[in-house]
Amino acid sequence: MSQILFLSGKGGTGKTSLAGAFAYLMPDKILADCDVDAANLHLLFSMSSDDRGSFVGSNEAILDESLCITCGRCVEVCRFHAIHDPIAIDPLLCEGCGACETVCPVDAITLKPRVSGHWIIGSTPVGPIVTAELLPGEEASGKLVTEVKRRAAEVGATRGITHSVIDGSPGIGCPVIASTSGVDLAVLVTEPSLSGMHDLERILAVVRHFGIDAGVVINKWDLSPETAAQIERFSNDQELEVLGRIPYDAGVPEALVEKRHPISDPGSRAGTAMREIVRRVGDRLDLGTDGVSNE
Amino acid sequence: MNITVASGKGGTGKTTVAVNLALSLHEPHLTQFIDADVEAPNAHLFLHPELTASRDVEKRLPTIDKEACTRCGACSKSCQFHAIALLGEHLLVYPTLCHGCGRCSLVCPEGAISEIPQRLGIVETGHAGDLPFAHGLLDVGQAMATPIIHALFEGIDPDRTTIIDAPPGTGCPTVAALSVADIAVLVTEPTPFGLHDLKAAVNVARTLDLPIAVVINRDGVGDDGVEQYCRVEGIPVVMKIGFDRQIAAAYAVGEPLIRLDSRWKDRFLEVFNRLEKEVS
Repeated sequence: MSQILFLSGKGGTGKTSLAGAFAYLMPDKILADCDVDAANLHLLFSMSSDDRGSFVGSNEAILDESLCITCGRCVEVCRFHAIHDPIAIDPLLCEGCGACETVCPVDAITLKPRVSGHWIIGSTPVGPIVTAELLPGEEASGKLVTEVKRRAAEVGATRGITHSVIDGSPGIGCPVIASTSGVDLAVLVTEPSLSGMHDLERILAVVRHFGIDAGVVINKWDLSPETAAQIERFSNDQELEVLGRIPYDAGVPEALVEKRHPISDPGSRAGTAMREIVRRVGDRLDLGTDGVSNE
Repeated sequence: MNITVASGKGGTGKTTVAVNLALSLHEPHLTQFIDADVEAPNAHLFLHPELTASRDVEKRLPTIDKEACTRCGACSKSCQFHAIALLGEHLLVYPTLCHGCGRCSLVCPEGAISEIPQRLGIVETGHAGDLPFAHGLLDVGQAMATPIIHALFEGIDPDRTTIIDAPPGTGCPTVAALSVADIAVLVTEPTPFGLHDLKAAVNVARTLDLPIAVVINRDGVGDDGVEQYCRVEGIPVVMKIGFDRQIAAAYAVGEPLIRLDSRWKDRFLEVFNRLEKEVS
Protein backbone atom coordinates (compact mmCIF):
# COMPACT_ATOMS: atom_id res chain seq x y z
CA MET A 1 0.00 0.00 0.00
CA SER A 2 1.42 3.41 -0.94
CA GLN A 3 1.62 6.00 1.83
CA ILE A 4 1.33 9.79 1.53
CA LEU A 5 2.05 11.59 4.81
CA PHE A 6 1.25 15.22 5.64
CA LEU A 7 3.68 16.98 7.98
CA SER A 8 4.56 20.56 8.79
CA GLY A 9 6.75 21.06 11.85
CA LYS A 10 4.66 24.05 12.82
CA GLY A 11 1.04 23.33 13.70
CA GLY A 12 -2.00 24.85 12.04
CA THR A 13 -0.51 25.32 8.59
CA GLY A 14 -3.26 23.35 6.85
CA LYS A 15 -2.10 19.71 6.93
CA THR A 16 -5.55 18.34 7.65
CA SER A 17 -7.33 20.54 5.09
CA LEU A 18 -4.94 19.42 2.37
CA ALA A 19 -5.09 15.78 3.48
CA GLY A 20 -8.87 16.18 3.14
CA ALA A 21 -8.48 17.17 -0.53
CA PHE A 22 -6.50 13.96 -1.14
CA ALA A 23 -9.14 12.03 0.77
CA TYR A 24 -11.84 13.32 -1.58
CA LEU A 25 -9.95 13.09 -4.85
CA MET A 26 -7.71 10.04 -4.66
CA PRO A 27 -9.17 6.75 -5.80
CA ASP A 28 -8.99 3.61 -3.71
CA LYS A 29 -7.54 4.79 -0.40
CA ILE A 30 -7.72 4.49 3.34
CA LEU A 31 -7.32 7.46 5.69
CA ALA A 32 -5.13 7.32 8.78
CA ASP A 33 -4.91 10.05 11.39
CA CYS A 34 -1.52 9.93 13.07
CA ASP A 35 -1.95 13.24 14.90
CA VAL A 36 -3.13 11.24 17.89
CA ASP A 37 -2.73 14.16 20.33
CA ALA A 38 -5.31 16.16 18.44
CA ALA A 39 -6.87 13.95 15.78
CA ASN A 40 -9.05 16.08 13.50
CA LEU A 41 -9.19 14.39 10.12
CA HIS A 42 -12.50 12.64 10.91
CA LEU A 43 -14.11 16.02 11.64
CA LEU A 44 -13.99 16.79 7.91
CA PHE A 45 -16.53 14.03 7.27
CA SER A 46 -19.47 12.37 8.86
CA MET A 47 -17.79 9.30 10.32
CA SER A 48 -19.46 6.20 11.64
CA SER A 49 -17.37 4.14 14.02
CA ASP A 50 -17.20 0.43 13.13
CA ASP A 51 -14.70 -0.87 15.64
CA ARG A 52 -12.86 0.54 18.59
CA GLY A 53 -10.43 -0.73 21.16
CA SER A 54 -8.19 0.25 24.04
CA PHE A 55 -4.51 0.67 23.37
CA VAL A 56 -2.05 -0.38 26.03
CA GLY A 57 1.14 1.43 25.10
CA SER A 58 3.13 1.43 28.30
CA ASN A 59 3.19 0.52 31.95
CA GLU A 60 2.98 2.54 35.08
CA ALA A 61 4.60 1.91 38.41
CA ILE A 62 2.12 1.26 41.21
CA LEU A 63 3.18 1.63 44.84
CA ASP A 64 1.80 -0.54 47.60
CA GLU A 65 2.01 1.89 50.50
CA SER A 66 1.46 -0.86 53.06
CA LEU A 67 4.76 -2.46 52.04
CA CYS A 68 6.81 0.73 51.47
CA ILE A 69 9.52 1.42 54.04
CA THR A 70 10.20 4.92 52.58
CA CYS A 71 13.88 4.13 52.02
CA GLY A 72 13.88 6.50 49.05
CA ARG A 73 15.90 4.30 46.66
CA CYS A 74 13.16 4.62 44.02
CA VAL A 75 13.32 8.42 44.26
CA GLU A 76 17.08 8.32 43.65
CA VAL A 77 16.87 6.00 40.68
CA CYS A 78 13.93 7.61 38.83
CA ARG A 79 15.23 9.80 35.99
CA PHE A 80 11.82 11.19 35.10
CA HIS A 81 11.08 13.19 38.28
CA ALA A 82 8.08 10.89 38.77
CA ILE A 83 8.63 9.83 42.39
CA HIS A 84 8.52 12.33 45.22
CA ASP A 85 9.21 12.25 48.94
CA PRO A 86 7.30 11.08 50.95
CA ILE A 87 7.01 8.23 48.49
CA ALA A 88 4.34 8.94 45.86
CA ILE A 89 4.40 8.18 42.14
CA ASP A 90 3.12 10.79 39.72
CA PRO A 91 1.43 8.81 36.92
CA LEU A 92 1.73 11.76 34.52
CA LEU A 93 5.51 11.76 34.75
CA CYS A 94 6.05 7.99 35.09
CA GLU A 95 7.40 6.49 31.86
CA GLY A 96 6.84 2.94 33.07
CA CYS A 97 10.50 1.91 32.85
CA GLY A 98 10.47 -0.09 36.07
CA ALA A 99 13.85 1.08 37.41
CA CYS A 100 12.06 1.74 40.72
CA GLU A 101 10.68 -1.80 40.73
CA THR A 102 14.21 -3.14 40.29
CA VAL A 103 15.69 -1.27 43.23
CA CYS A 104 12.80 -1.55 45.72
CA PRO A 105 14.12 -3.82 48.49
CA VAL A 106 10.65 -4.84 49.71
CA ASP A 107 8.83 -5.35 46.37
CA ALA A 108 6.43 -2.51 47.10
CA ILE A 109 6.41 -1.37 43.46
CA THR A 110 4.97 -3.30 40.53
CA LEU A 111 4.51 -2.36 36.88
CA LYS A 112 0.94 -2.48 35.60
CA PRO A 113 -0.09 -2.12 31.96
CA ARG A 114 -1.77 1.17 31.29
CA VAL A 115 -4.33 2.20 28.70
CA SER A 116 -2.85 5.15 26.79
CA GLY A 117 -5.71 5.73 24.40
CA HIS A 118 -8.09 4.21 21.90
CA TRP A 119 -7.96 3.34 18.23
CA ILE A 120 -11.04 3.66 16.07
CA ILE A 121 -11.81 2.14 12.68
CA GLY A 122 -14.58 4.04 10.96
CA SER A 123 -16.30 4.68 7.66
CA THR A 124 -16.61 7.99 5.86
CA PRO A 125 -18.26 8.81 2.54
CA VAL A 126 -14.78 8.82 0.97
CA GLY A 127 -13.54 5.53 2.41
CA PRO A 128 -12.44 3.81 5.58
CA ILE A 129 -10.52 5.70 8.26
CA VAL A 130 -8.35 4.68 11.20
CA THR A 131 -8.02 7.30 13.89
CA ALA A 132 -7.17 7.45 17.60
CA GLU A 133 -7.65 9.30 20.83
CA LEU A 134 -4.74 9.69 23.21
CA LEU A 135 -5.88 9.90 26.83
CA PRO A 136 -5.06 13.20 28.57
CA GLY A 137 -1.37 13.49 29.33
CA GLU A 138 -0.36 10.06 28.07
CA GLU A 139 3.16 9.51 26.90
CA ALA A 140 2.81 6.66 24.42
CA SER A 141 1.85 8.83 21.46
CA GLY A 142 4.53 7.35 19.18
CA LYS A 143 3.35 3.83 19.93
CA LEU A 144 -0.28 4.80 19.31
CA VAL A 145 0.79 6.26 15.95
CA THR A 146 2.41 2.92 15.11
CA GLU A 147 -0.80 1.16 16.15
CA VAL A 148 -2.90 3.41 13.86
CA LYS A 149 -0.56 2.69 10.96
CA ARG A 150 -0.58 -1.04 11.67
CA ARG A 151 -4.39 -1.17 11.73
CA ALA A 152 -4.65 0.96 8.58
CA ALA A 153 -2.31 -1.46 6.79
CA GLU A 154 -4.39 -4.38 8.04
CA VAL A 155 -7.73 -2.88 6.94
CA GLY A 156 -6.15 -1.82 3.65
CA ALA A 157 -4.83 -5.33 2.98
CA THR A 158 -8.15 -6.99 3.87
CA ARG A 159 -10.11 -4.71 1.57
CA GLY A 160 -7.57 -4.65 -1.24
CA ILE A 161 -6.89 -0.90 -0.92
CA THR A 162 -3.77 0.40 -2.64
CA HIS A 163 -3.20 3.89 -1.19
CA SER A 164 -3.22 5.57 2.19
CA VAL A 165 -3.58 9.25 3.11
CA ILE A 166 -1.93 9.89 6.48
CA ASP A 167 -2.37 13.04 8.51
CA GLY A 168 0.70 13.60 10.67
CA SER A 169 1.31 15.50 13.85
CA PRO A 170 3.06 18.84 14.29
CA GLY A 171 6.58 18.94 15.70
CA ILE A 172 9.58 16.75 14.86
CA GLY A 173 9.64 14.33 17.82
CA CYS A 174 8.29 10.96 18.78
CA PRO A 175 4.86 10.84 17.02
CA VAL A 176 6.30 12.40 13.85
CA ILE A 177 9.17 9.93 13.69
CA ALA A 178 6.75 7.03 14.26
CA SER A 179 4.53 8.26 11.41
CA THR A 180 7.34 8.32 8.83
CA SER A 181 7.98 4.56 8.64
CA GLY A 182 7.41 3.19 5.15
CA VAL A 183 6.16 6.49 3.72
CA ASP A 184 6.46 7.06 -0.06
CA LEU A 185 6.03 10.82 -0.02
CA ALA A 186 5.94 13.37 2.79
CA VAL A 187 3.97 16.47 1.81
CA LEU A 188 5.36 19.30 3.95
CA VAL A 189 2.69 21.96 4.38
CA THR A 190 4.02 25.37 5.33
CA GLU A 191 2.80 28.95 5.52
CA PRO A 192 4.58 32.12 4.47
CA SER A 193 5.85 33.30 7.86
CA LEU A 194 9.26 33.22 9.49
CA SER A 195 7.87 30.57 11.87
CA GLY A 196 6.53 28.46 9.02
CA MET A 197 9.85 28.63 7.23
CA HIS A 198 11.92 27.93 10.34
CA ASP A 199 9.86 24.84 11.12
CA LEU A 200 9.90 23.71 7.47
CA GLU A 201 13.70 23.60 7.67
CA ARG A 202 13.48 21.40 10.77
CA ILE A 203 10.87 18.98 9.44
CA LEU A 204 12.74 18.70 6.13
CA ALA A 205 15.88 17.74 8.03
CA VAL A 206 13.90 15.05 9.88
CA VAL A 207 12.34 13.46 6.77
CA ARG A 208 15.71 13.54 5.00
CA HIS A 209 17.35 12.01 8.09
CA PHE A 210 14.96 9.08 7.73
CA GLY A 211 15.38 8.95 3.95
CA ILE A 212 11.81 9.94 3.07
CA ASP A 213 11.04 11.61 -0.26
CA ALA A 214 9.38 15.01 0.25
CA GLY A 215 7.68 17.91 -1.49
CA VAL A 216 6.43 21.23 -0.13
CA VAL A 217 3.10 23.09 -0.32
CA ILE A 218 2.89 26.78 0.61
CA ASN A 219 -0.55 27.43 2.07
CA LYS A 220 -2.07 30.95 2.25
CA TRP A 221 0.92 32.08 0.19
CA ASP A 222 -0.57 35.50 -0.63
CA LEU A 223 -0.68 36.55 3.05
CA SER A 224 3.02 37.31 2.57
CA PRO A 225 4.17 36.91 -1.05
CA GLU A 226 7.73 37.97 -0.08
CA THR A 227 8.06 35.19 2.51
CA ALA A 228 6.43 32.73 0.10
CA ALA A 229 9.09 33.63 -2.48
CA GLN A 230 11.78 33.16 0.17
CA ILE A 231 10.40 29.66 0.91
CA GLU A 232 10.46 28.85 -2.81
CA ARG A 233 14.08 29.93 -3.04
CA PHE A 234 14.91 27.80 -0.01
CA SER A 235 13.09 24.84 -1.60
CA ASN A 236 14.96 25.24 -4.88
CA ASP A 237 18.26 25.36 -3.01
CA GLN A 238 17.30 22.19 -1.18
CA GLU A 239 16.08 20.49 -4.37
CA LEU A 240 12.69 20.15 -2.73
CA GLU A 241 9.83 20.18 -5.23
CA VAL A 242 7.22 22.88 -4.65
CA LEU A 243 4.06 20.85 -5.19
CA GLY A 244 1.85 23.92 -5.15
CA ARG A 245 0.79 27.21 -3.62
CA ILE A 246 -2.65 27.67 -2.08
CA PRO A 247 -4.08 31.20 -1.82
CA TYR A 248 -5.70 32.46 1.37
CA ASP A 249 -9.42 31.87 1.03
CA ALA A 250 -11.90 32.73 3.78
CA GLY A 251 -14.21 30.12 2.26
CA VAL A 252 -11.95 27.27 3.44
CA PRO A 253 -12.78 27.35 7.17
CA GLU A 254 -16.42 28.12 6.32
CA ALA A 255 -16.67 25.05 4.12
CA LEU A 256 -14.82 22.77 6.56
CA VAL A 257 -17.05 23.86 9.46
CA GLU A 258 -19.99 22.62 7.39
CA LYS A 259 -18.24 19.33 6.56
CA ARG A 260 -17.86 20.32 2.92
CA HIS A 261 -14.48 20.49 1.28
CA PRO A 262 -13.44 23.61 -0.68
CA ILE A 263 -12.51 21.40 -3.66
CA SER A 264 -16.27 20.89 -4.17
CA ASP A 265 -17.00 24.64 -4.04
CA PRO A 266 -17.14 25.89 -7.63
CA GLY A 267 -14.95 28.95 -7.96
CA SER A 268 -13.02 28.29 -4.72
CA ARG A 269 -9.48 29.54 -5.39
CA ALA A 270 -8.04 27.39 -2.63
CA GLY A 271 -10.05 24.41 -3.83
CA THR A 272 -8.69 24.77 -7.38
CA ALA A 273 -5.12 24.98 -6.08
CA MET A 274 -5.57 21.89 -3.90
CA ARG A 275 -7.05 19.95 -6.82
CA GLU A 276 -3.94 20.82 -8.84
CA ILE A 277 -1.68 19.61 -6.01
CA VAL A 278 -3.49 16.25 -5.85
CA ARG A 279 -3.01 15.88 -9.60
CA ARG A 280 0.68 16.74 -9.35
CA VAL A 281 1.32 14.30 -6.52
CA GLY A 282 -0.73 11.71 -8.39
CA ASP A 283 1.55 12.09 -11.42
CA ARG A 284 4.66 11.95 -9.28
CA LEU A 285 3.61 8.75 -7.54
CA ASP A 286 1.62 7.34 -10.44
CA LEU A 287 -1.51 7.04 -8.31
CA GLY A 288 -4.04 7.01 -11.09
CA THR A 289 -5.40 10.43 -10.19
CA ASP A 290 -5.45 11.61 -13.83
CA GLY A 291 -9.10 10.95 -14.22
CA VAL A 292 -10.11 11.99 -10.70
CA SER A 293 -13.78 12.68 -10.50
CA ASN A 294 -15.04 16.13 -9.72
CA GLU A 295 -17.12 14.92 -6.83
CA MET B 1 3.51 33.09 38.87
CA ASN B 2 4.11 30.69 35.96
CA ILE B 3 1.73 31.07 33.03
CA THR B 4 1.81 28.30 30.42
CA VAL B 5 0.29 29.20 27.07
CA ALA B 6 -0.87 25.96 25.45
CA SER B 7 -3.37 24.61 22.92
CA GLY B 8 -4.49 21.23 21.70
CA LYS B 9 -4.46 22.19 18.04
CA GLY B 10 -1.32 23.65 16.52
CA GLY B 11 -1.11 27.03 14.87
CA THR B 12 -3.84 28.67 16.92
CA GLY B 13 -1.67 31.55 18.09
CA LYS B 14 0.12 30.35 21.24
CA THR B 15 3.34 32.13 20.37
CA THR B 16 1.51 35.35 19.50
CA VAL B 17 -0.25 35.35 22.88
CA ALA B 18 2.84 34.31 24.87
CA VAL B 19 5.17 36.86 23.22
CA ASN B 20 2.75 39.78 23.52
CA LEU B 21 1.82 38.91 27.08
CA ALA B 22 5.50 38.85 28.05
CA LEU B 23 6.31 42.11 26.24
CA SER B 24 3.29 43.87 27.75
CA LEU B 25 4.00 42.64 31.26
CA HIS B 26 7.70 43.15 31.35
CA GLU B 27 7.81 46.79 32.34
CA PRO B 28 5.41 46.80 35.27
CA HIS B 29 6.42 43.28 36.38
CA LEU B 30 9.66 41.37 36.41
CA THR B 31 9.08 38.80 33.70
CA GLN B 32 10.95 36.01 31.95
CA PHE B 33 10.17 34.05 28.80
CA ILE B 34 10.63 30.32 28.17
CA ASP B 35 9.87 28.75 24.80
CA ALA B 36 9.13 25.13 25.70
CA ASP B 37 8.05 24.10 22.18
CA VAL B 38 11.42 22.44 21.68
CA GLU B 39 10.34 20.62 18.50
CA ALA B 40 9.33 23.81 16.69
CA PRO B 41 10.45 26.82 18.72
CA ASN B 42 9.48 30.14 17.15
CA ALA B 43 9.34 32.79 19.88
CA HIS B 44 12.91 33.91 19.10
CA LEU B 45 11.70 35.02 15.68
CA PHE B 46 9.53 37.64 17.43
CA LEU B 47 11.70 38.50 20.44
CA HIS B 48 15.13 38.48 18.73
CA PRO B 49 16.99 37.54 21.91
CA GLU B 50 20.73 37.75 22.16
CA LEU B 51 21.62 34.17 23.08
CA THR B 52 24.69 34.11 25.26
CA ALA B 53 24.83 30.57 26.62
CA SER B 54 24.11 27.10 25.32
CA ARG B 55 24.24 23.72 27.00
CA ASP B 56 23.64 20.17 25.85
CA VAL B 57 20.78 18.07 27.19
CA GLU B 58 21.60 14.39 27.18
CA LYS B 59 20.12 11.00 27.78
CA ARG B 60 22.23 8.09 28.90
CA LEU B 61 22.52 5.22 26.43
CA PRO B 62 23.68 1.78 27.54
CA THR B 63 26.94 0.45 26.22
CA ILE B 64 27.79 -3.18 26.79
CA ASP B 65 31.18 -4.58 27.69
CA LYS B 66 31.25 -7.65 25.43
CA GLU B 67 33.95 -9.35 27.49
CA ALA B 68 32.06 -9.12 30.76
CA CYS B 69 28.62 -9.86 29.27
CA THR B 70 27.43 -13.48 29.70
CA ARG B 71 24.46 -13.05 27.29
CA CYS B 72 22.08 -13.82 30.16
CA GLY B 73 19.44 -11.54 28.63
CA ALA B 74 18.39 -9.89 31.92
CA CYS B 75 18.79 -6.43 30.37
CA SER B 76 16.70 -7.16 27.32
CA LYS B 77 13.98 -8.82 29.44
CA SER B 78 13.81 -5.87 31.83
CA CYS B 79 13.74 -3.15 29.14
CA GLN B 80 10.15 -1.91 28.77
CA PHE B 81 10.95 -0.05 25.55
CA HIS B 82 12.37 -2.98 23.53
CA ALA B 83 15.58 -1.00 23.20
CA ILE B 84 17.91 -3.96 23.87
CA ALA B 85 17.61 -7.22 21.98
CA LEU B 86 19.59 -10.41 22.47
CA LEU B 87 19.90 -12.09 19.08
CA GLY B 88 21.96 -15.25 19.45
CA GLU B 89 25.36 -14.05 20.60
CA HIS B 90 24.67 -10.43 19.75
CA LEU B 91 23.25 -7.77 22.03
CA LEU B 92 21.80 -4.88 20.07
CA VAL B 93 20.92 -1.47 21.48
CA TYR B 94 18.36 0.69 19.62
CA PRO B 95 19.18 4.30 20.55
CA THR B 96 15.89 5.84 19.35
CA LEU B 97 13.80 3.41 21.41
CA CYS B 98 15.92 3.85 24.55
CA HIS B 99 14.43 6.21 27.15
CA GLY B 100 17.69 6.37 29.09
CA CYS B 101 16.09 5.05 32.28
CA GLY B 102 19.13 3.05 33.38
CA ARG B 103 17.23 -0.09 34.35
CA CYS B 104 19.44 -2.33 32.19
CA SER B 105 22.55 -1.33 34.08
CA LEU B 106 20.71 -1.86 37.38
CA VAL B 107 19.70 -5.43 36.50
CA CYS B 108 22.95 -6.58 34.86
CA PRO B 109 24.45 -9.16 37.25
CA GLU B 110 27.93 -8.75 35.74
CA GLY B 111 28.08 -4.97 35.86
CA ALA B 112 28.74 -5.16 32.12
CA ILE B 113 26.57 -2.18 31.19
CA SER B 114 27.77 1.35 31.51
CA GLU B 115 26.03 4.40 30.16
CA ILE B 116 27.30 7.00 27.77
CA PRO B 117 25.64 10.36 27.27
CA GLN B 118 23.94 11.00 23.96
CA ARG B 119 22.85 14.50 23.05
CA LEU B 120 19.07 15.01 22.69
CA GLY B 121 19.24 18.71 22.04
CA ILE B 122 20.27 22.00 23.57
CA VAL B 123 19.04 24.73 25.87
CA GLU B 124 19.97 28.27 24.87
CA THR B 125 19.61 31.28 27.15
CA GLY B 126 19.99 35.01 26.82
CA HIS B 127 18.04 38.25 26.86
CA ALA B 128 15.59 40.01 24.58
CA GLY B 129 16.31 43.58 25.58
CA ASP B 130 16.31 43.05 29.34
CA LEU B 131 13.73 40.24 29.23
CA PRO B 132 15.41 36.96 30.23
CA PHE B 133 14.81 34.40 27.48
CA ALA B 134 15.38 30.65 27.17
CA HIS B 135 14.46 28.10 24.58
CA GLY B 136 15.30 24.50 23.77
CA LEU B 137 15.96 22.72 20.48
CA LEU B 138 15.40 18.99 20.01
CA ASP B 139 18.03 17.54 17.70
CA VAL B 140 16.83 16.25 14.33
CA GLY B 141 16.06 12.54 14.53
CA GLN B 142 15.67 12.50 18.32
CA ALA B 143 12.28 11.51 19.72
CA MET B 144 12.37 12.61 23.37
CA ALA B 145 11.43 16.23 23.93
CA THR B 146 10.57 16.18 27.63
CA PRO B 147 14.10 16.07 29.13
CA ILE B 148 14.86 19.31 27.27
CA ILE B 149 11.71 20.92 28.66
CA HIS B 150 12.63 19.88 32.20
CA ALA B 151 16.15 21.24 31.67
CA LEU B 152 14.66 24.58 30.57
CA PHE B 153 12.61 24.80 33.74
CA GLU B 154 15.69 24.49 35.94
CA GLY B 155 16.24 28.12 34.94
CA ILE B 156 12.91 29.43 36.26
CA ASP B 157 13.44 32.44 38.51
CA PRO B 158 10.71 32.30 41.19
CA ASP B 159 10.86 36.08 41.63
CA ARG B 160 9.69 36.66 38.09
CA THR B 161 6.43 36.12 36.25
CA THR B 162 7.32 33.34 33.83
CA ILE B 163 5.58 33.07 30.48
CA ILE B 164 5.95 29.61 28.98
CA ASP B 165 5.17 28.91 25.32
CA ALA B 166 4.08 25.24 25.24
CA PRO B 167 4.17 22.73 22.38
CA PRO B 168 0.85 21.87 20.71
CA GLY B 169 -0.94 18.62 21.45
CA THR B 170 -1.87 16.83 24.63
CA GLY B 171 0.95 14.32 25.00
CA CYS B 172 3.96 14.20 27.28
CA PRO B 173 5.73 17.37 26.06
CA THR B 174 2.56 19.37 26.75
CA VAL B 175 2.22 17.81 30.19
CA ALA B 176 5.84 18.68 30.90
CA ALA B 177 5.23 22.30 29.84
CA LEU B 178 2.17 22.48 32.10
CA SER B 179 3.84 20.72 35.04
CA VAL B 180 5.29 23.96 36.45
CA ALA B 181 2.28 26.17 35.62
CA ASP B 182 0.05 28.03 38.04
CA ILE B 183 -2.48 28.60 35.26
CA ALA B 184 -3.02 27.26 31.74
CA VAL B 185 -3.94 29.76 29.05
CA LEU B 186 -5.42 27.75 26.18
CA VAL B 187 -5.43 29.43 22.79
CA THR B 188 -7.99 28.13 20.33
CA GLU B 189 -9.84 29.06 17.18
CA PRO B 190 -13.64 29.10 16.91
CA THR B 191 -14.04 26.05 14.64
CA PRO B 192 -15.04 22.43 15.32
CA PHE B 193 -11.33 21.57 14.99
CA GLY B 194 -10.31 24.16 17.54
CA LEU B 195 -13.10 23.02 19.86
CA HIS B 196 -12.25 19.32 19.53
CA ASP B 197 -8.64 19.94 20.50
CA LEU B 198 -9.51 22.54 23.15
CA LYS B 199 -11.56 19.90 24.95
CA ALA B 200 -8.53 17.57 24.92
CA ALA B 201 -6.29 20.36 26.27
CA VAL B 202 -8.84 21.21 28.99
CA ASN B 203 -8.78 17.55 30.03
CA VAL B 204 -5.00 17.66 30.41
CA ALA B 205 -5.07 20.91 32.40
CA ARG B 206 -7.82 19.52 34.65
CA THR B 207 -5.87 16.32 35.20
CA LEU B 208 -3.11 18.59 36.54
CA ASP B 209 -5.65 20.56 38.68
CA LEU B 210 -4.79 23.82 36.95
CA PRO B 211 -7.03 26.84 36.61
CA ILE B 212 -7.80 27.49 32.93
CA ALA B 213 -8.41 30.60 30.83
CA VAL B 214 -9.19 30.59 27.10
CA VAL B 215 -8.10 32.98 24.34
CA ILE B 216 -10.06 32.79 21.07
CA ASN B 217 -7.93 33.69 18.08
CA ARG B 218 -9.25 34.41 14.56
CA ASP B 219 -12.55 35.28 16.17
CA GLY B 220 -15.32 35.38 13.58
CA VAL B 221 -14.04 32.68 11.20
CA GLY B 222 -16.09 29.70 12.35
CA ASP B 223 -19.03 29.13 14.66
CA ASP B 224 -19.90 29.78 18.32
CA GLY B 225 -19.16 26.23 19.52
CA VAL B 226 -16.09 27.24 21.54
CA GLU B 227 -17.92 30.00 23.39
CA GLN B 228 -20.86 27.76 24.18
CA TYR B 229 -18.51 25.09 25.47
CA CYS B 230 -16.62 27.58 27.67
CA ARG B 231 -19.90 28.92 29.06
CA VAL B 232 -21.16 25.45 29.95
CA GLU B 233 -17.81 24.45 31.49
CA GLY B 234 -17.42 27.73 33.39
CA ILE B 235 -14.09 28.52 31.69
CA PRO B 236 -13.42 32.27 31.31
CA VAL B 237 -12.70 33.58 27.80
CA VAL B 238 -10.15 36.28 28.64
CA MET B 239 -9.43 37.59 25.13
CA LYS B 240 -10.66 37.41 21.58
CA ILE B 241 -8.42 38.30 18.66
CA GLY B 242 -10.29 38.87 15.41
CA PHE B 243 -8.97 37.65 12.06
CA ASP B 244 -7.24 40.54 10.35
CA ARG B 245 -4.92 40.37 7.33
CA GLN B 246 -2.76 43.05 8.95
CA ILE B 247 -2.22 40.82 11.99
CA ALA B 248 -1.40 37.87 9.71
CA ALA B 249 1.07 40.02 7.74
CA ALA B 250 2.76 41.23 10.95
CA TYR B 251 2.97 37.64 12.20
CA ALA B 252 4.56 36.59 8.90
CA VAL B 253 7.54 38.88 9.44
CA GLY B 254 7.86 38.34 13.19
CA GLU B 255 6.31 41.62 14.32
CA PRO B 256 4.56 41.46 17.74
CA LEU B 257 1.01 42.85 17.96
CA ILE B 258 1.93 45.47 20.52
CA ARG B 259 4.36 47.01 18.02
CA LEU B 260 1.54 47.15 15.48
CA ASP B 261 -0.78 49.07 17.78
CA SER B 262 0.12 50.03 21.33
CA ARG B 263 -3.45 49.47 22.53
CA TRP B 264 -2.70 45.75 22.50
CA LYS B 265 -0.43 46.31 25.49
CA ASP B 266 -3.38 47.45 27.63
CA ARG B 267 -5.44 44.52 26.45
CA PHE B 268 -2.71 42.04 27.40
CA LEU B 269 -2.26 43.73 30.78
CA GLU B 270 -6.00 43.29 31.37
CA VAL B 271 -5.63 39.63 30.47
CA PHE B 272 -2.83 39.32 33.01
CA ASN B 273 -5.03 40.89 35.71
CA ARG B 274 -7.75 38.35 34.92
CA LEU B 275 -5.21 35.51 35.15
CA GLU B 276 -3.98 36.72 38.54
CA LYS B 277 -7.59 36.67 39.79
CA GLU B 278 -8.16 33.17 38.43
CA VAL B 279 -5.04 31.91 40.24
CA SER B 280 -5.96 33.49 43.58
